[in-house]
Amino acid sequence: MAEIIKRSKALSVNPLKVSQPVGASLAFLGINRSIPMMHGSQGCTAFGKVFFVRHFREPVPLQTTAMDQVATVLSADDNVIQGLKTIAEKSRPALIGLPTTGLSETQGTDIRRLVKDFREQYPEFNDIPVVPVNTPDFTGCLESGYALAVKAVIEHLVPEGTRVAGKRKKQVNVLAGSLLTPGDLEHIKELIEAFGLRPLVLPDISDSLDGHLTELEFSPLTVGGTPVSEIPTLGESVATLVIGHSLYPAADLLKERSLVPDYRFDSLMGLAAVDAFVAALAEIAGKPVPEKIERQRNQLQDAMVDTHFMLGFARVAIAADPDLLYAMAELVAGMGCEVVAAVAPAKSPILEKLPTAQVKLGDLEDLEKTVREVGADLIISNSHAADTAQRLGLPLFRAGFPQYDLIGGYQRLWVGYKGTRQALFDLANLMVSQGHGEIEPYRSIYATRPEETRHAPSAPGHVH
Amino acid sequence: MGIALVSLRPSWVNAMQAKQIAELLNEPACSHNTKSKSGCAKPKPGATAGGCSFDGAQIALLPIADVAHIVHGPIACAGSSWDNRGTRSSGPTLYKIGMTTDLTEQDVIMGRSEKRLFHAIKQAVDDYAPPAVFVYNTCVPALVGDDLDAVCKAAAERVGVPVVPVDCAGFYGTKNLGNRIAGESMFKYVIGTREPDPIPPDAQRPGIAVHDVNLIGEYNIAGEFWHVLPLFDELGLRILCTLSGDTRFQDVQTMHKARVNMVVCAKALLNVARKMESTYQVPFFEGSFYGVTDTSHAFREFARLIGDPSLTERVEKMIAREEARVNAALEPWRARLKGKRVLLYTGGVKSWSIVSALQDLGMDVVATGTNKSTEEDKARIQELMGDKTKMITDGSPKALIGIVKEYQADILIAGGRNMYTALKARIPFLDINQEREFPYEGYMGMVELARQLALTMESPVWQAVRQPAPWAKPTVPGVEVGV
Repeated sequence: MAEIIKRSKALSVNPLKVSQPVGASLAFLGINRSIPMMHGSQGCTAFGKVFFVRHFREPVPLQTTAMDQVATVLSADDNVIQGLKTIAEKSRPALIGLPTTGLSETQGTDIRRLVKDFREQYPEFNDIPVVPVNTPDFTGCLESGYALAVKAVIEHLVPEGTRVAGKRKKQVNVLAGSLLTPGDLEHIKELIEAFGLRPLVLPDISDSLDGHLTELEFSPLTVGGTPVSEIPTLGESVATLVIGHSLYPAADLLKERSLVPDYRFDSLMGLAAVDAFVAALAEIAGKPVPEKIERQRNQLQDAMVDTHFMLGFARVAIAADPDLLYAMAELVAGMGCEVVAAVAPAKSPILEKLPTAQVKLGDLEDLEKTVREVGADLIISNSHAADTAQRLGLPLFRAGFPQYDLIGGYQRLWVGYKGTRQALFDLANLMVSQGHGEIEPYRSIYATRPEETRHAPSAPGHVH
Repeated sequence: MGIALVSLRPSWVNAMQAKQIAELLNEPACSHNTKSKSGCAKPKPGATAGGCSFDGAQIALLPIADVAHIVHGPIACAGSSWDNRGTRSSGPTLYKIGMTTDLTEQDVIMGRSEKRLFHAIKQAVDDYAPPAVFVYNTCVPALVGDDLDAVCKAAAERVGVPVVPVDCAGFYGTKNLGNRIAGESMFKYVIGTREPDPIPPDAQRPGIAVHDVNLIGEYNIAGEFWHVLPLFDELGLRILCTLSGDTRFQDVQTMHKARVNMVVCAKALLNVARKMESTYQVPFFEGSFYGVTDTSHAFREFARLIGDPSLTERVEKMIAREEARVNAALEPWRARLKGKRVLLYTGGVKSWSIVSALQDLGMDVVATGTNKSTEEDKARIQELMGDKTKMITDGSPKALIGIVKEYQADILIAGGRNMYTALKARIPFLDINQEREFPYEGYMGMVELARQLALTMESPVWQAVRQPAPWAKPTVPGVEVGV
């Protein structure tokens, strides 16, 4: 069990953390024809928007209740109601997500009551679901905000006590955690479809943020994502696949409401993790594992033995949100690497399961300091760690949010046998590129080779 | 001899004569030659692994870093072998530039290959200004009768630098023979053509008389000799040439002035040492820098043959210090490696030196390859390991895997070509041949060796890949290793 070292310094330097409202917005962006509206000052949204645009290289619909000083001091309730009305009127979205921010939470907003007030004042918009969620940025991180939003969507859209679990015999729910990329979700859907099952993914950023050109030249709403009309049918599926520990509370709620049995996975990277997932699919479908998937498994096994030479004993430092940190740490530890530094921006029960002695709750400076102290061969973190890695003279394997400086990084496939295999190749290549195992050339003090410098002669016994 | 070198003589006149090949095969310094006409074993069609003479010759000489190495032949010889060695240079990198005459069908049919070679040599010198050019002969030009010696001679006159023919067509024989052909070329054309430079005044230290020595067959794989070279400096031993790791052409030229030769890679270049002994009266010994025991032994041999008491004293002091240092560094590894069972398959030549290194680590060599070893090598292995050890003559992948199972080996140590055999069978593996990427020589090389051994044997991937899929039938592929 890993020991969790709490934050012990006043100043956070080179932050690793991304806020909860940004995470919640991401979840809403995985729902079709939706728009998140953060309840806070307009900066909260503007920064979040830039963050997503730079990461996904996509236009991102994101609105704000635009609290100004008067609203902040007196009341911002009207901002919420006016904001909802404006969006509903202008864009007729299929869903409005309403995450709160540090500002509105500190002020003391009652976001649920405000949605009720909106319904009373504007019943003409009753067909547009509004999902409020409390996501102050003074707790948690992107991952937890995302998880809270997914839970809120289930709470508001999946009916209670209908007892129709299994009505849709081929439909399998996927509660997709924030550690998954659009590329991951595409592959997960393919795997499920390979068993003759129909995936219903919540939220599905592989349909909205996968980077695809559309007929529409402009849309104020998400283009693609989980159809809102299908969300209530989560309760009619034969099974739920939960990916990412952070979504377990959301899964608990779904199970409680729908009685759909669920299968939970902390990670879909690495042989054992993917085996468990594929075995679950075979069980749900009652079908043998397709040959194509078996083949991918064999390919991963081969990659594992081929790359263990480069990755064995490699000292890896990882900084990421808890679920991703866990998945990466498990992957590299399974290859014989040593996780020498693990930093998460916020706490989570999964951190205790990390295959390392200590996990630090902190920032990229903590990562840098730890690596300086204990030494490492490789860093796994987001693009913000590029400078850290450069200062440390180490290669950076980019994963998580944000990836500003890696084209296509947002859609990389990490999961499944396929994704794991490529990750192992890339990790091994990074190790090879470091010239690991090389020793410094030594030139004899007696050498008389023209235009080549000799090793400086010194006293006997101290030559090297 | 002019430039138009289309030979009118029958081809066998120019290619190496059968008699010459037989002479090289008959290496008097090989103790197994006391037996009647044993020579080197002949390859068996349909069941032969291992390289040809060209391969052996190129491997022996390619590490000479500042030379332009031209492979004379169609593309297969250079095309599949260039940029494929683990040797390192501390200076020039010309040896890494692949050069071949890349003969075409027209060259062969029209007899233009000699002309092409001549121009190729000129181009190499014009573009890269090397101190010398080596030309490696291959099967096709040997067969059609290119006069390699004559072209090299003519080209040397024209370009103004030595052009050394290495007549090593693949069909002449095995890799081992190729090593000797390479040695022969060095002895015939290069060694003794220059005197060593005076010792730099600033490198002179009071009380230390500097003695000149050679290593023969030290290839500086992955730079591993740099683990050892500082110790030579410390002791006051100047290495004139390593033949050929991190060597320059001028170093090879001065080899005749050494006090002692150490033959590092077992038999490969023994002919050079023997000829230098008879021609220049340079005594030699065979040794290795793999393992603590052998490394110390090699330094003691230098001291013994040189006979300078002050050197002997320095050697003993250095050995005491280095052994203490490496033993401390190896302590944690020994605990992890002790008693592990090894199948060692090096093809024979380096077996005994590696065996000693593995025994230094407390490992148990349960079987070793001997098909390329001489009787003497075998005797040495037997002496080191006793009668329990299996001598492997069949080095086919299937046989090796069978032996791993039968002897419950924890690891297969072999050359790169066997790596994927082992991995497919889910057996931990260590690459010991020249393509490897890690330096294992000398005292500190042992620590790297120990680390790499532990790395593969302790890797969690073996457990993972031997595990059947959760939905699979109970039969598991692969080998239960070390149970």
